[in-house]
Parts: sequence; structure tokens; C-alpha cells
Amino acid sequence: MATMNILVAVCLAYVALLFGVAFLAERAARNGRGGWLSSPVVYTLSLSIYCTAWTFYGAVGYAARSGLEYLTIYLGPTLVMVGWWWGLRKLVRIGRTQRITSVADLISSRYGKSGALAVVVTLLAILGSTPYIALQLQSVTLSFAAFAGEDSLTPPFGDRNATAFWVAVGLALFTILFGTRNLDVNERHPGVVIAIALEAVVKLCALLAVGVFVVWGLAGGVPQMLARIDASALTAFQPDGGRWVALTFVSAAAFLTLPRMFQVLVVENADERHLRTASWAFPAYLMAMSLFVVPIAVTGLELMPAGSNPDLFVLTLPLSQGREGLAMLSFIGGFSSATSMVIVASIALSTMVSNHIVVPLWLWLRGDQEQGALGAPGAGGDLRQLVLLARRLSIAGVLALGYLYFRLSGGGAALAAIGLISFVAVAQFLPALLGGIFWRGATRTGALTGLCAGFVIWLYCLLLPSFGAGILPQAVLENGLFGLTWLRPEALFGIAGLDPLVHAILWSLGLNTLGFVIVSLASFPTPLERLQGAQFVNVFQHSQTAQGWSGGLAQTEDLMVMAQRILGPASAQDFFQAEAARQGLKGYLPEPTPEFLQRLERELAGSMGAATAHTMVAQSMGRAMVSVDDLMRVADETQQMIEYQGQLEVKSTELARTARQLRAANESLTQISVQKDAFLSQISHELRTPMTSIRAFSEILRDSGGMDEAARQKYAGIIHSEAIRLTRLLDDLLDLSVLENGQVSLNLREGRLSDVIDQAIAAATAAGTPLAIRRNPLAAAITLCTDLDRLVQVFINLIANAQKYCDAPRPELTIAVSVRRGRAIIDFVDNGKGVPRAQQEMIFQKFARVSDMKAGGAGLGLAICREIMARLGGTIAYLPGQGGGAFRVTLPLRAADTGPDRRPDRGPDHAVDLPAEPLV
Amino acid sequence: MRPPAPPLFLERRSYRQRRVRDAARLLPLLGVVLWLMPLMFAADGDPAPTSRAMIYIFGVWLGLIAAAAALTLGLDPATDDSAQPADTPETTADRPD
Repeated sequence: MATMNILVAVCLAYVALLFGVAFLAERAARNGRGGWLSSPVVYTLSLSIYCTAWTFYGAVGYAARSGLEYLTIYLGPTLVMVGWWWGLRKLVRIGRTQRITSVADLISSRYGKSGALAVVVTLLAILGSTPYIALQLQSVTLSFAAFAGEDSLTPPFGDRNATAFWVAVGLALFTILFGTRNLDVNERHPGVVIAIALEAVVKLCALLAVGVFVVWGLAGGVPQMLARIDASALTAFQPDGGRWVALTFVSAAAFLTLPRMFQVLVVENADERHLRTASWAFPAYLMAMSLFVVPIAVTGLELMPAGSNPDLFVLTLPLSQGREGLAMLSFIGGFSSATSMVIVASIALSTMVSNHIVVPLWLWLRGDQEQGALGAPGAGGDLRQLVLLARRLSIAGVLALGYLYFRLSGGGAALAAIGLISFVAVAQFLPALLGGIFWRGATRTGALTGLCAGFVIWLYCLLLPSFGAGILPQAVLENGLFGLTWLRPEALFGIAGLDPLVHAILWSLGLNTLGFVIVSLASFPTPLERLQGAQFVNVFQHSQTAQGWSGGLAQTEDLMVMAQRILGPASAQDFFQAEAARQGLKGYLPEPTPEFLQRLERELAGSMGAATAHTMVAQSMGRAMVSVDDLMRVADETQQMIEYQGQLEVKSTELARTARQLRAANESLTQISVQKDAFLSQISHELRTPMTSIRAFSEILRDSGGMDEAARQKYAGIIHSEAIRLTRLLDDLLDLSVLENGQVSLNLREGRLSDVIDQAIAAATAAGTPLAIRRNPLAAAITLCTDLDRLVQVFINLIANAQKYCDAPRPELTIAVSVRRGRAIIDFVDNGKGVPRAQQEMIFQKFARVSDMKAGGAGLGLAICREIMARLGGTIAYLPGQGGGAFRVTLPLRAADTGPDRRPDRGPDHAVDLPAEPLV
Repeated sequence: MRPPAPPLFLERRSYRQRRVRDAARLLPLLGVVLWLMPLMFAADGDPAPTSRAMIYIFGVWLGLIAAAAALTLGLDPATDDSAQPADTPETTADRPD
């Protein structure tokens, strides 16, 4: 017999293999080579987490105890998959259009993004999953004990409880490493999915191998096997009709509502078309998994000594026949079933806990402390860190609860009995879920009532009695609560004689549905609920906006600050840039149109869940508005009208975009005209001042003959220096003109970016006001091939600008360097007030200055910088939302010389071609 | 201004698509009925042997899998994205001439 150490080593090696596969898959997905990761086959295999240790070990035990009834657990999901056109297709479409992150998110989002509903569903899901996780711990523990022999258990695996404890700890660590290494923008985990798919193959192969061994190795063929089945203790097929129907129904319901099934079915679904393949391939998988269960059970009953645990026949049967290798394969299959379930279930539950409990709580606490804290840049810690921490803690918490249940229930119950308790718990979501996607009249209060009613009955009739007399006193079990016999947990309202499970299913789902329907009929939904209801129920007709935000009030910059903290700076900046481009604007700040806010909220919902995202946008925006248009959409029931309106909307969106572009162009032209006038007077002034003094002093020299040598020297000196000033002015004008006409040839050289920055800092700070510069020279240690001198010129200008305009008491400039997609990105961020929103567009245009009093020059520095960067194949832009003035310079790591005759792409400011003024 | 009323009849191909979808909707109901049948096996008082019940249930299973796979092949992915309720034609292209 294998020792404990060998088993532990095998488990660890297997886990390491899974981790490696997940790691490689995630790296492939990141590098864009992950096309094969999202194939229909992988999707189908990932659904196999439905088959847990319950299936692997428990099904045989179930068959040995109750005959063919074990099949109901697989018939239900088969019917759901075969009937995908009814429900699953709609569920997946809704999940994708609404960026749903969990079953709690779906229900809360449907009923007006209700936070309370999300919390109830989350709590119920945790409680419901607890027995299920305990089941996995129990099966792994049992299989350890069966394999190694009870007596060979050595410290720290002193007894079963200790083994279960260490298994729980190991699984928690593994899941944390696996599922929460990073916070994905849309809650997808390609690495986890591929590992699950691998586990699906492992457990299927293991079970089939044992089955083939039993049928052909022990029984001698199919006919002999069938004869043995009929001759066995299972005798005849006499199913209990009530249990047969109730279990099929509950398993079908649980297939849709189990948090982990919802995670793989809906959230991780990468393509709706995968459902088509899964609709027949997954039933085939289920059939293969359940095919050899009865033969194994029958042979086990026949060959194993009386009193041995039928839940472990899959493992003990090969062992008793001296097939150590087969037994080891079977052990790995069981271990694999348990780990995959625990991983996905705890990832799904931790997502729900962090999105629906921790983050809302955090927002609420912060909202109490300082109003609008989210909008303030630099306030508090990184939300992403909080979310990750919350997820890690809740994974540990979920496993701890599972262990607790294992201890409380004594670890002795049949696996199937434990699993069914979980199924009935999550089946309580079904009325709210189906009502939500098929019935527009379903309301939030109705859903809440139904869920609570079902939950209480499940707790009282199924969960508490499952602990035996441990929690509910024996008196309550026998005589009912408060001695009222009609409140007996297994015979409510005096209806005795039913199987306790069927009894609990009937009452909990019955009263759940009744409460849901009656309260829905009697209550009136809020406007947001009605909008979401229309969205969900008619998802195939119109998958557009759900509710309108009042545009214009929001400060896009505040939204950007918030989005950066949730999505991460890079994704948020990309998103805002893309949105601005969609509106036909340049830069990072789109106009806060309702459509943009809609998409932003959905993007955030992908990370935080709908209810939280709604709250966060609401905090930044002031409040949510349901516009008249939206109400019209609710009131207007006819399909034609909506379609017609849709066409008009497309046109009006197009018009709005053109109008925005025209408005921007017009504003720009007007500003340029104003600037031109201002510049003309400025340039005349600049040219006139030296000219006046030159004229005056040369007249003095000409007219006054009797002047002493010292005075003559002095006047000539003044004339000379004024002439130099004029020359410098004209030199710089020429520089800009040459750059603009593209006549300059670049002096491309290789060099290190850090050297360029050093040079710029040295030159700029030599004679300026003091400025603390924070930078990471290591990040800047990249090699560039570009015109280094020109780049230095740009950096000097940016640093000098920070010196001049940063109005903080202790001016500080942060220079951050990163490389993305073959381009170097250099951010210059100071801690001053930054550039006001209205002037961010203008500052790169010639002659523009932010404030009149401070400027030393005529405002040409940034215009020259922009020309230089365009020539180097890069860009320079103002980066809003960084808590100060911030400029972003991007340039390719290797510049291509565009040649002196090709003019770079030019902006509208070039429409007026005027002589320019020098750099400051 | 009302958009024109949808035409009453469909082209042959779209008609076929509709019926495939109907079949896809009806298949699970067929499965439910067939899998409830074993409950009647014992109705005449003489319980059926487990092996026969097993062969029946797994036979239905295989049949459902094959039927679902066949229907998936018949469903056109292009029109899968039904933007309209089931009883109006998908696009103008589907209208009869």
C-alpha cells in the first residue's frame, strides 16, 4: 500500500502540473496566442466542474444505496443543455451584454441594480455551497484514509479531522494562487478554465478506466455484467416517483444557479456559439461519466466485505484486486474532481463577496467620511488592492466554513445526501432568475420575498436537521418548533409521510415561487427596475442602453480618476482614449454623453458588478437620472416603434458626432483667430522694444559728438545686446518654421533614455527655481534610436514648464517611464494645480499661454515640442486626471527617418501660418 | 409614421430555419416525457429488472445527444442572432418576392 507521503507527493505534483498549465495558458492569452483557449471543446470540458467528487465517488455509493436514482442528477442538466434554445442562450446573451460577473450580479442587476438583493443572494450562495465544499473535503479525506490505510496516518495527518484541515488549507492556498493573482477586467480566467478542462479529461479517463476494468476485467463482458446487475442486491428497478421528478428538477435548477456553474456557463463564456457544441457534447460527457456507475456499484457490493463504504468503491475495488496503478489513477481522478470544484466555486463566491459586500461597505464607509472621496485624486489606497485582498480572504473564509460543516456533520453522511442539501439551497434562485429573464412583471420586492421565504424553509427543513440533534434539539425535530406539531421540520403543516428531501423541495420552492409571484403582482417596480426588466426580457430585440445618466453634469476627469483606480491606469486610459476617438475628439477626455457613461458603467460592472458600478458612477456624477426618452422606451411596448426609434437614434448619433466635430473645429478656429491677434500685438511689441532702444541709442551716438569713451562703450554695448536678442528671436522662429515644413533632417543615434533625461534635468535645473524630481533610473534604462538632441530639447521644455507653472509650496516633478507595444511612454507629472480643462486643448497651439502674468515667453515651447515629437514618430499630449499637471510623451523605440520632404501630420492650428516666437 | 407591416409568409430557407428552432425547443420536452416513462415500468406490479431500465434510459440519452447534435448542424449560425421575435421574418432579404 502506498504511504501517506507518496500520496501527498502525487497530489503536489498534480497540482504543480495544473499550475504550470494555467500559467502557460495565461501567458499565451496575454501574448494574443490564446485563440485555441476559447474553443468550444474547452468550453464544454470546463462545464464538467458539475461533476465533482460527488459524481466521482458519491454516484457509486448512491447507486449502491438507491439504484438508478443517481441518474436524476445528470438527467436534469442534460435536459437543460439540450433545451439551450429556451433558457441558456438568453442567459448567456444577457451575461455578455450586461457584463454580468456572477449569479448574484445577474439577479441584482435585473431588479434595478439592487444592493440588498445582491447581498441576500451572496449569503444564500455561501451557505448553500458550504455543504458542497464539505463534501469535497470529506471525499478527499476518505480517499486518503482508504488508500493509505487508517493506521498509517501519521502526524500532521493525525486523524481524519486533521487530514481534512490540511486539505482545506492546501486548497485555499492553491485557489488563492490560482484565481486571484490579478484582477481581470471582465472576470475571465483563461488559465483556470484550461486547468479545469484538463481536470475534466483526467477524471473522465480515471472513471472510464475503472469502469472498463470492472466490466471487461472482472465481469467478463457486457452480457455477463447485465446478468450480474439483475442478480445483485439492487434487484429490481422501483423508483420513488416523487423523488425521481423532484431530483431531476432540482438538479436542472442547480445546474443553472450554482455559483460555479454560472461562472463557467455564463461569465467565462467567450463566444455564444460555443453553447451550440456544448448542447450535445456536454450531455455526452455526463453520459460517459455515469455509464459505469452501476457496474462498479454492483461489483463492489458483490466483492467487497460487508460494511465497507460504497462511496469509495471506485478506489477500494481496484485496490482489493491488487491493481495499485489503477487505484492511483482513480485517486488522482477523485482528487481532480474535488480540486476543480473547490477552485471555481470559491473563485465565484469570492467574486460575489468582494463585489456585493466588501466594496459597497467600503464605499458606504468612505461616503460617510468624506463626500465624493472617489472623485478626489490620490484619496485613499488602491481599490484594486482592496478587492484582491477581499477575494483572498473570502476564499479562505469559504473553505473554513466548509471545514466547519465537515466537523459539525461528523463527516459520516453519504456524499450524495450532502450534495443535495446544496442543490436545494441554490435552486431557490430559480424563480427570481427565470422570472427575471422571462417575465417583465417580476419586481425587486417579489424576488426578495421569494428568496427569503425559500431560504428560511431550506434552513429549517433541510440544513439544520442535517446536523442531527447537534443544532436543532431532538424535541424540535420530533414535536416541531415551540411544540407545535405543524411546525415539524420534516412534516410542515402536518403533511407527513413525504420523503424529507422531497418535502423540503416542495415547500421551499413552492412558497418561494408563490411569494415571488404574488408580491410581484401586488408591488410596483421603480423606473430603473422596469428599464432593466425590459433589457433582460427583450435582450434579443434591443441590447442597447439601460438607463440614462444626466450628461454634462459629470466631470469626465473625476470619472477618469475613479476608473484608473478600478481598471488600472493603462486599461482606463485606453478606454477613455477610445471613447474620445469614438466621439471624434482627440486626447483622453470624451464628453460625458449618456452613451459614454453607459459604456463606462458597463466596463466598471465587469470588474465590480452592476450594483457597485452604478453606485460608483452615481457618486461621481451626483445622481442617476432616468430620462424622458428612457421612460418612453418603457412605456412604448410595440416592437415596430422601438425598431423605428433605433434607426432614428443611429442617425441622430451620427449627426451628434458630426456636430461635435464641427463645434470643436469651430472653437479651435475662433481661438486661433483670437490668438493670432494677440500674437500680432505681442510680436510687434517684442520686436519693437529692442528696435526702439537700438534706434534711440544709435541716434544718441550719431547726434551727440562730445561724448566720453565710457558712455559710447555703454551705448554701443546696449545696441549690441539688443541686436543679439533680436537674432535669437529670429533664430527660434526659423527653427519652428523649419520643423513645421518638415525640412529638418533627423540626426538618428542610439542612446539610453536615462542619459537623455539626465541631460535634460541638468540643463533645465542649472539656473531655475528649485524643483524636486522623482524618477526611477532603472525603468528608464532602455535603449532608444532617435534624434537624441531633439528629445533633450523636448524634455528640457517640459521640466522648465513644471518649474515655471507648478504652484505647489514644494514643487515636485515625477518622471515615469514605461514601454508598451514597442513604444516608450514618458510621463511628466507635477504636483501643482495642472492645466484647467478648458485650456488643455489649446496649450499645444502656437502662442498659447495658460496665464498671462507668469509667462516669460510667447508660448511657443509646447508647439515646438509637438512638432519635434511628430517628426520623431511620437506624440505629446496632456494627460488629465493625474492629480497635477501631466504630460505624456510617447515615441517608438526605433524612429524611422521620414525624410526632410514629408510633412508630418498636422493639426488644425496650422491653418494660420504665422511667424513664430522663440522658446522661452 | 408606421413602418410597413411584416409580410405574412417566409421564404423556404427561413421557413426551414424556423422549424429547426421549433424542434430545438421541443426536444427537451420530449426528453422529459421519455425519462418519466420508467416510472410507469413498475405500474403493473411486476418491477422491471435494473438492466432493462438502464438500457432504456441510456438509449434515450444517446438519442437526445444525437438529435441535439443534428439540430445544431441544422441551425444556421448567421440567423442564430435572431433580432426579432420568432414570428416575424428576420430581414428584408428573407421576404418573398
